[in-house]
Amino acid sequence: MINLSINNQRVSVQPGTTVLEAAKKLNINIPTLCNHPDLCVAGNCRVCVVEQTGARTLIAACAMPVAEGMDIQTNTLKVRNARKHIVELLLSEHRSDCTKCYKNQKCELQALANEFAFGDTIFLDLVADRPYTIDRSSPSFMKDDSKCIRCQRCVRTCTELQHISAIAVANKGMHQKISSFHDRPMSHVVCTNCGQCVNRCPTGALVEKTYIDQVWDAIYDPDKHVVVQTAPAVRVALGEDLGYDPGERVTGKMVTALRQLGFDSVLDTDFSADLTIMEEGTELLTRLKKVLVDGDKKTRVPMFTSCSPGWIKFIEHKYPELLPNLSTCKSPQQMFGALAKTFFASKKKIDPAKVVSVSVMPCTAKKYEADRPEMRSSGYKDIDYVLTTRELAVMIKQAGIDFRNLEPSHYDSIMGESTGAAVIFGATGGVMEAALRTAYEIVTGREIPFKNLNITPVRGMEGVKEASLKIEGCVDDWKFLEGAELKVAIAHGLVNANKLMRLVSKGKAPYHFIEIMACPGGCIGGGGQPIPTSMEIRKNRMKAIYSEDEHMVLRKSHENPDVIAIYKEFLGKPNSHAAHELLHTHYTERESY
Amino acid sequence: MYQLGNLVKELSDKHGRARESLMPILQGIVEKHNYLTDEAMVEVAKELDISAAEVYGTASFYTFLDTQVRGKYVIRVCKTITCSMKGKGEIIQTLEDMLKIKVGETTSDRQFSLIETNCIGWCHKAPAMLINEMPYTELTPEKVVEIIKGYMQKK
Amino acid sequence: MENKGLNKVDLIFEKIDPKEVLTKAYKISPDAIIQQILDSGLKGRGGAGFPTGLKWKYTAAVKEPDKYVVCNADEGEPGTFKDREILDRVAYKVYGGMVIAGKAIGAKKGIVYLRGEYRFLLPQLMKELDSFHKMIKQIGYDFNISYCMGSGAYICGEESALFESIEGGRGEPRNKPPYPTTSGVFNKPTSINNVETLVTAMMILTHGPESYSQLGTKDSRGSKVFSISGDTPTPGIFELELGMSVQEFVNEFGDGDTKAVQVGGASGFCVPRKKFGNTIIGFEGVPTGGSMKLFNSSRSMYNVLHNYLDFFAEESCGQCTPCRVGCQQLLKGVEKVKKGEVKSTYLNELMKLADTMKVASKCGLGQSVGNAFRTIVENFREEIIY
Repeated sequence: MINLSINNQRVSVQPGTTVLEAAKKLNINIPTLCNHPDLCVAGNCRVCVVEQTGARTLIAACAMPVAEGMDIQTNTLKVRNARKHIVELLLSEHRSDCTKCYKNQKCELQALANEFAFGDTIFLDLVADRPYTIDRSSPSFMKDDSKCIRCQRCVRTCTELQHISAIAVANKGMHQKISSFHDRPMSHVVCTNCGQCVNRCPTGALVEKTYIDQVWDAIYDPDKHVVVQTAPAVRVALGEDLGYDPGERVTGKMVTALRQLGFDSVLDTDFSADLTIMEEGTELLTRLKKVLVDGDKKTRVPMFTSCSPGWIKFIEHKYPELLPNLSTCKSPQQMFGALAKTFFASKKKIDPAKVVSVSVMPCTAKKYEADRPEMRSSGYKDIDYVLTTRELAVMIKQAGIDFRNLEPSHYDSIMGESTGAAVIFGATGGVMEAALRTAYEIVTGREIPFKNLNITPVRGMEGVKEASLKIEGCVDDWKFLEGAELKVAIAHGLVNANKLMRLVSKGKAPYHFIEIMACPGGCIGGGGQPIPTSMEIRKNRMKAIYSEDEHMVLRKSHENPDVIAIYKEFLGKPNSHAAHELLHTHYTERESY
Repeated sequence: MYQLGNLVKELSDKHGRARESLMPILQGIVEKHNYLTDEAMVEVAKELDISAAEVYGTASFYTFLDTQVRGKYVIRVCKTITCSMKGKGEIIQTLEDMLKIKVGETTSDRQFSLIETNCIGWCHKAPAMLINEMPYTELTPEKVVEIIKGYMQKK
Repeated sequence: MENKGLNKVDLIFEKIDPKEVLTKAYKISPDAIIQQILDSGLKGRGGAGFPTGLKWKYTAAVKEPDKYVVCNADEGEPGTFKDREILDRVAYKVYGGMVIAGKAIGAKKGIVYLRGEYRFLLPQLMKELDSFHKMIKQIGYDFNISYCMGSGAYICGEESALFESIEGGRGEPRNKPPYPTTSGVFNKPTSINNVETLVTAMMILTHGPESYSQLGTKDSRGSKVFSISGDTPTPGIFELELGMSVQEFVNEFGDGDTKAVQVGGASGFCVPRKKFGNTIIGFEGVPTGGSMKLFNSSRSMYNVLHNYLDFFAEESCGQCTPCRVGCQQLLKGVEKVKKGEVKSTYLNELMKLADTMKVASKCGLGQSVGNAFRTIVENFREEIIY
């Protein structure tokens, strides 16, 4: 153990601990900005400078490892002066249109300014005299260089968590900036729109592109029937933007709030998640049959899940040769969208042209996905607007809804039923677990042999997970699988996805089925979820997801009565022609930059 | 003209495909092609299995790894204090008049680019400039005219 | 204060037989080599002045089979050109110094990082390196030197930025600790030394530490190669014993009208005429990596300061706030003061900013921008304002 003193209080910590972490142990708050719990130490912004007795200069608490006998002071005059200067300097290169900014009151720079830089501005405004770009090219987010303070959190996110590096630090000195490849628009580079950078940007330099006003317009339009769907991960995180602690489930209150906002039908993406399991599970079994029984060389295994649009764009850019391995199933959002303007409209006897389909997602990539030209199976744009969890919270606040005191209520019928299998889609390993619950039962006619149906080997925060399942006692149709060992793998965060894809590329992946979610922790850690994020917060959301599952009466996708009904009335069988028309898609090879 | 794809491959074979090969590869491209085209940077990114934005980010850090169009002869006139004191202004003026371009520009025949640069280490023989890698020192307008004429005849 | 006066020395460019010196060095232990360097009192000649013997001792102490000697030939400080001259004239002594350092710390690999501006020297340097490699192999050394070229970035002279550049990245300084002695290039223990330091080490082994340490003063042992430019009738390279006053220096090199000397380049200190007499050039007074610029009364110190600030605003790597934004604020600030767009008292705010940059910047660049700013503004305030 290393002994040191901070503000004259003694503390003992493990070697390798930083001064910042040691101070935290003493409940001494040192302000930070470029530091983020998910990312490596940068030590760039210098906001966290503190004084070390005997040192020539101040030290950055986030980057300085403790040493025996260190004497640290965090609040001397020297420290205060430097900190004030540093915050003022950052403000001088930041376009402070705070009252109009989407991040107003949620901006970390603003919070620091509030503490350290009130009063007269010391420095000259540097934003006014230099050109800057506001890149609105992506349907998912905006990149406003005039608000960027070069903390490089976004760059570290894109590299360390996502292995993409769609953005990097470019130029030097006064010209330094965060840039895509040679300043190309974000819509024309390798960016997956995952929004993890948006989730970690301390200012308004990276924010989601918001469609709140368009959704309000639709709601107020008496001619329109506005359908809303909510993704599984939204219900376990929305509360964070409305004053709850991470990990509170607010499903019922959220449904009531959506009704109060004026949505005409409040439905659940969980319904189409269950539908996805039916389609994807059948596709997997069919692929296995083609490969194992028919010896079909064109069919590829392992099959990859296709629910995560950030992941889809990643593989289109980075591993186009593996696109045939992707399940052709659309994501639950898009399956829902295709059905909302067909099946749902006809059931409700509404002109599909008058249906406005809105989805609330933990995700920014879903905005991009909805804009894909192939997502028009209904003859219309299947999903009109995608809101993030954060945007929904804004709308609830705008409407003056007293969220905490709302009576919980249920989703509407037809496409509002869900099962526990669908809920866990929101966490890494969840799609796999849901698929296994159903596929095992299809093949063997029995429930999967895990206590309470909890398939724990596929759960948890490990970057890459593996599991295998021996299949025994198959029903007649699936006899060819008798005795087979089904091998699966799961990765979340594209840096981990990349590890698996390398193996698959080299032919060294012994799996039949791989689940990938682009974001750390899966959708619960999505780019559209409340800010801030950290491993601890994501773990709380994950816990809430599994508890939601355990509280459901129905736990298996094939038992969802709305799903059973839609096959009976509309789609026929999973992977039928009708299902293919509406629920499946194709992919596009993209450039590598 | 030299095929770009081949050049990048050859340089990668020569220097290797590890990250530390990036600088020598980029330097090799600039030596042959005067500057880094977008295609060249994408090729390098593919060879080294890194992102193109990172290649651009690294290249744009270094003054001599130009990512903008440059001529066959890149003239870099030192603008740091001693050269500034000893007549850099006149040298620039002479070059601008002769080449009919301003600082930062490239002649339309893509033969010359004129830029200013920070200290090149010839303060005792100021003013000084580099043409590609060759230094020219103790410059006078007359001397500059002779030097540039020499290069013009080379083409 | 000890004052040795102005004495010319011929050590760095002295012709020696490298084979003889390296054969001698081959036979003595690493510890003995380090002791000789420690005894000589040699401090790094790049500008920062860290004791070379200690640097070697720390690197030698790390148990790791893979270590590096890096020669910092990224001489970019405005007004410094001595390393180019040294490489041009006595590259074999630079290589020799690297071999000696390698033996001392237990490294088999050496890398010379040469600034892009000196690329024209490379063919000749490589040729000399070939024959040098043959020579040391004959003696029995297992040591290989390679070249790594810079591409125009002043900050790469900062040791950890230089490592980043060798590794193929942007030349952005790292957080310290860890220091190069434990984690340098490729995260291996590394001794990184300036060109002149390595040559000096070779000369200490040639003549012995005692004779070397007789040169100079208590705080600044030995001699130093100076790069002299500006308003002087005799610009060029001069090797001088350390411990002279600026006055003595100006008497020798000035043009009779010297009003200020910038010691140590853009990141160094401006000494005005009234302080020439009582300022010693060396670690006890104004330290320098060798850059000495003389300005006579025809020069505007505003122009000098503006030129330096412009240099730093461009050459800062840009990663840390105090340096990236601070340099721009200083530059714009003095422009506004000069134009009368802000009150002259704004200079006081800028002085405080320079202080913050000194204590809060991540690396030596940002920490030293304030040196020139402070000393020029303090001594020539009226030239900045009017």
